[in-house]
Amino acid sequence: MFRVTDKPLVLQELIEFVTDPEAGAITTFIGTTRNNNDGRKVIALDYEAYAEMAEKELVRLGEEAKKKWPICRMAIVHRLGPVQITEPSVIIAVSAAHREAAFAACRFAIEEIKRTIPIWKKEVYEGGEIWIGTQTGQPLPGRDPRGVA
Amino acid sequence: MKVKVKFFAILRERAGVAESTKDLRDGSTVAELWGIIQRDFPKLAVPGIRLLYAVNQEYVTTDHVLKDSDEVVFIPPVSGG
Repeated sequence: MFRVTDKPLVLQELIEFVTDPEAGAITTFIGTTRNNNDGRKVIALDYEAYAEMAEKELVRLGEEAKKKWPICRMAIVHRLGPVQITEPSVIIAVSAAHREAAFAACRFAIEEIKRTIPIWKKEVYEGGEIWIGTQTGQPLPGRDPRGVA
Repeated sequence: MKVKVKFFAILRERAGVAESTKDLRDGSTVAELWGIIQRDFPKLAVPGIRLLYAVNQEYVTTDHVLKDSDEVVFIPPVSGG
């Protein structure tokens, strides 16, 4: 299960998706909207995606995780549109025979999402709004053998 | 040949549109298209930001040669999560 959606996220759906009789561990990560950032009082985050590519890249991310660690199943769902304070913007669930692989793959997934998936967040704060990441440049995906410019 | 350019996030706001179609000479690269697009949308360039490039939903380098009906996206710094 690798998708983006404008509906609220439901953790239980991802847990059920990764549930596997071979698994002895399920890890989950939930990214939530925080009420402050860089000293600004945040009102909400507003997410936008290049949806078709984002879903393809999430599938690829899942395939990479399977090559790196012995995991059973992985699910990632990212929300789009406005996400209010405390609400989840992304949920990751990973099942594996043992906890080490489940923890490692879950951590890998959130780091890769932040680095390579074409999703953007606009922070709406008291007194303005800003596209996060626009002043800081951006790291390269790096896993593309052709080397991305 | 014609290619479709899609804009997202800060570039969509600065372009004022979500999509644009461009007529290009055969053999044009992503870098050349970026130059042309900036002339069409003078407010597009954001000083200091580093773009990535996608053609038909795959990351490519700026020397990638475009084909007719390609879908090209200039990807501003991603910030999902």
